[in-house]
Amino acid sequence: MSSLTSQTFVDRLIRENFKFFTGVPCSLLSGVISHLEEVEDAKYIPSVREDSAVGLCAGAYLSGALPVLLMQNSGLGYCLNAFTSLNLIYRIPVLVIMSWRGQGGKDAPEHIIMGDISQKLLETAGMDYSVLKPENFDQVLATAMQKINEEKLPYTLIIEKGLFDERH
Amino acid sequence: MKGTEAFQELLPLLGDEPVVHANGFICRESFNLKDRPENFYMIGSMGLASSIGLGVALCKPDRKVIVLDGDGNVLMALGTLAMIAAEAPKNLVHVVIDNEVYESTGKQRTLSNTVPLEKIAKSSGYREVARVDKKEDIKPAFEKMLNSQGPGFLLIKVEPCFDHKTGRVTHTPEEITERFMKSLH
Ligand SMILES: Cc1ncc(C[n+]2csc(CCOP(=O)(O)OP(=O)(O)O)c2C)c(N)n1
Ligand SMILES: [Mg+2]
Repeated sequence: MSSLTSQTFVDRLIRENFKFFTGVPCSLLSGVISHLEEVEDAKYIPSVREDSAVGLCAGAYLSGALPVLLMQNSGLGYCLNAFTSLNLIYRIPVLVIMSWRGQGGKDAPEHIIMGDISQKLLETAGMDYSVLKPENFDQVLATAMQKINEEKLPYTLIIEKGLFDERH
Repeated sequence: MKGTEAFQELLPLLGDEPVVHANGFICRESFNLKDRPENFYMIGSMGLASSIGLGVALCKPDRKVIVLDGDGNVLMALGTLAMIAAEAPKNLVHVVIDNEVYESTGKQRTLSNTVPLEKIAKSSGYREVARVDKKEDIKPAFEKMLNSQGPGFLLIKVEPCFDHKTGRVTHTPEEITERFMKSLH
């Protein structure tokens, strides 16, 4: 995989049969969401909160779809109860695309603490993730598909600032 | 009407509709009166029965989908009413057993004695909205909702009466997932 853009990212997910997208926007994901709104083969549903998006994805999965949840890491706290008392115990997978605000302590004050602890929170909850890079996309996606299809558990791709074009 | 009577009226009216249950006593009442594979018993994730039901309704447009919710659950996820109204699935019926308390945790009051949930649903944009206070009104109101274009919102006002001897759901969460998914095929 030579170049990773919002467009190639979304198109690849659609080819893996992810066609149900929902979430709450982050500026780092603005290009991804605007591409999703343009493509025919996928549906993007605006959610009001990240935990509602987890519920929506769960319903989609139970009905045979492969869902994707897009969110900023500031939404992770809202999701933890849903992940631990729904997805993990019922074996309801979801692909989570989580942008990483507050990385390295360099961001607006409201992002610093969560930026530091998001990965630790996922680890504490026993949820696997990878930080997505242009050069590891194929491998990380294969790991995610294995987690989702075989183990029936959520998998998170963490998106750093600057990975995708931002359109806003 | 007592809460249990509402379930006794409602459950015999179901065919093969998938029903997503709110957590707490709602799951337990329904499980003990009539367990069925089409029942998704959400034992945790309070508030999310409505969003799970929305996901099912959007991905299974040919099935009528029921959410069997509680007032406390609805109040925890009021924003989901807006999502349901915005997506407007024709095949979703949102039934709320409103006892004005968090009965499952000891009958602490919610806000639904002063805040009318059916009015919130109506102004959010649900297509069909009804409120029933009497047991005999459940059947006609629910049947009308089943046969109308949704999303529908049926508020059933009840008195708390849960019998604590009523057992918990005995299926494991993984079993609930498996049989619910199979029933949707
Ligand atoms: C996030 C969260 N907060 C609190 C609880 C505890 N709890 C379990 S059931 C319940 C009450 C649900 O109220 P309602 O939807 O009105 O149903 P009822 O108990 O009245 O049947 C509460 C507060 C919980 N399970 N999860
Ligand atoms: Mg209640």
